[in-house]
Amino acid sequence: MLKGLKLASILAVASLALAACGSSGEEATESVAPPEPTVAAVKVGMAYDQDGKGDGSFNDAAFAGLSKAQTDLGVEIKEVNSGASATDATREELLTLLADGGYNPVIAVGFAYSTALAAVAPKYPDTTFAIVDSVVDSANVGSLVFAAEQGSYLTGVIAATASKSGVIGFIGGMEIDLIKAFEAGYIEGARSVNPDIKIESKYMGAAGDNTAWNVPEKAKTATDGMIANGADVVYAAAGGSGLGMFQSVKAAADGGATVWAIGVDSDQYTVPSLAEYKDIILTSMLKRVDVAVFDVIKGVVDGAPLVGIQNFDLSKEGVGYSASNSAVSEFSGAADAAAEKIKSGEVTVGTTVQ
Amino acid sequence: MNLRRIGTSLIAPVIGLLFSLAITAIILVAINASVSTVLSSMWSYGTSPRAMSLMLNLATIYFLSALAVSIGFKMNLFNIGVNGQYVLGAVAAAVVASNLTLPKVASVTIAIFAAMITGALWAGIAAWLKVARGVSEVISTIMLNFIAIGIISYIIVRTGIGTETSLNVRGTKPIPESGMLRGSAFIDPGTSIYGFFFISIIIGIGYWFLLNRTRFGFDLRATGKSASAARTSGVQSNRMIYVTMFLSGAVAGLVGLPYLLGDTGTYSLQFPTDWGFTGIAIALLGRNNPLGIALGAILWAFLDISSGQLILEGVPREISTIMQGLIVIVVVISYEVVRRYQVKSEQTSVAKAMAKQEEVAAV
Repeated sequence: MLKGLKLASILAVASLALAACGSSGEEATESVAPPEPTVAAVKVGMAYDQDGKGDGSFNDAAFAGLSKAQTDLGVEIKEVNSGASATDATREELLTLLADGGYNPVIAVGFAYSTALAAVAPKYPDTTFAIVDSVVDSANVGSLVFAAEQGSYLTGVIAATASKSGVIGFIGGMEIDLIKAFEAGYIEGARSVNPDIKIESKYMGAAGDNTAWNVPEKAKTATDGMIANGADVVYAAAGGSGLGMFQSVKAAADGGATVWAIGVDSDQYTVPSLAEYKDIILTSMLKRVDVAVFDVIKGVVDGAPLVGIQNFDLSKEGVGYSASNSAVSEFSGAADAAAEKIKSGEVTVGTTVQ
Repeated sequence: MNLRRIGTSLIAPVIGLLFSLAITAIILVAINASVSTVLSSMWSYGTSPRAMSLMLNLATIYFLSALAVSIGFKMNLFNIGVNGQYVLGAVAAAVVASNLTLPKVASVTIAIFAAMITGALWAGIAAWLKVARGVSEVISTIMLNFIAIGIISYIIVRTGIGTETSLNVRGTKPIPESGMLRGSAFIDPGTSIYGFFFISIIIGIGYWFLLNRTRFGFDLRATGKSASAARTSGVQSNRMIYVTMFLSGAVAGLVGLPYLLGDTGTYSLQFPTDWGFTGIAIALLGRNNPLGIALGAILWAFLDISSGQLILEGVPREISTIMQGLIVIVVVISYEVVRRYQVKSEQTSVAKAMAKQEEVAAV
């Protein structure tokens, strides 16, 4: 009986394969190619990592750029995600499928795609690729990096100008160079206003600790501590953990204190899921992934692809600060002056904490 | 073994698979996708040389994982800790191999042993807890998974073992090319089949031999069928628990190596950490038989790989996950249904035979 079952299990698997085969054979003829449009439309392929859209910040910003291109430039779009437990091999295959499918440009969202893109890009020299937040050295790849330190410098200026106590806080996500640049710019900007300002910094996780982006309770405790130490403006560059900072600041504000929170990446004042905190969100450091994505697509549409390292800085409006909350107008003069100095090269902002 | 019984054994998986396909079709209709387009595009893409190469590579990983699980299953030990055992095994292999400059054969052999020993020792903790403290291995192995991940994060982030392997990604020091087992591209010119593909075939044969042709294998299966009967016939059950968990852990230690030695060369914090759970499902599907597991692994990998094509067709890739789940559940159920039917028909035929004998005796 055991033997029979063993045999059966083998045949079981084989039979599924055959079943799939059978159904494919008969139906393959059914699909008729749609009539080709007279002008070949640009087909944009976008690959998110893991589950992709719906994070309310980074991936959704990329999507915003994509949908803007769809509306404004009339491009066709195709979005894929690598799914849970993606490997470099499966990421590579996704990019290959997109490139094979005639998608051009192919945009990889997130540094997780670095290795995969480095392998795929040279095989498709006629396709333009782009990667967000990483650098891939290939002639047909646009590496979209952001001068987060410049945008953070402006929020530092705003924070120091708004602070009455002379103490401000910074909540970082994962302790990696990418986020340290936010901290460095923030500190430098704050010190440009008030050289004696005290800055409290805390990271939610060490490099490689992927939970760092998603521990709002930890961020809340950290912010509580900063506020207890006198901080009255706190800036978080911590992905989903940033919510904890908003909660903490909101609680302190409800308790009668004058405290502000500064958001990151998206204009968090206008994010619907954060609506209950909007009163305490003074501004947000904007990292315009949407602008970068749109520019890449536009480059291909215009026949002038963006390749090489594309540093989205203040002068390209790749970073900046949001003025959605009118409360910030009181401080925006200082911030705009600082922005002009950075654009003109009078001030260069470092990416490491001094 | 009569013909009828063989027939019913075959019917189980066939019915099961057809049934799960039918349910998948209903789901596809419900989400407004064309059943024929989805199946035909999965098939035509899945049988392209590149997809087949990727499929065999992934199947190699799944095969080892399922083999590790099924060694435990054979003795009624539920090793859910393959995840922890293989990530630690892969880190051990990565650390050892990255510090070696030896000929390929020596370097790979040492890496394999490092992975197996690490996996075995990690699984051994669960065995010790079970023997000495009576802790269920289900609980201890799943807990040990989390501990393993924590240890690895610590090692890679906080100690000198970890370096920044690419922008914003940390991992172990890259293994020199002499220590890699990249395999060769014999199906698709652009995609290598992991060298570990062949090693895993050898391991599969070894598994079959050990379980079916040795005294140890007999003891192990006997203990699995009836621990008390095995004890009475002189099997030391505590020793069996240790040996089985060591073996299961040693094979589990290898699960990450096809990918590590065939592709990345570094254990980075992006290394997938849940292949062990896939192994459980495939061990169930393959009924703990190495050939069944191999086919199950290939089927699973086929569904995984072709899901990449599905999203291009505008169908959510989760459809293939649903298919995987359905196949496991429906096949397991249909095996059970058929088993009951067989038992019943056996009873009827025995009863008939008895009745006949009595008749003869009466005459």
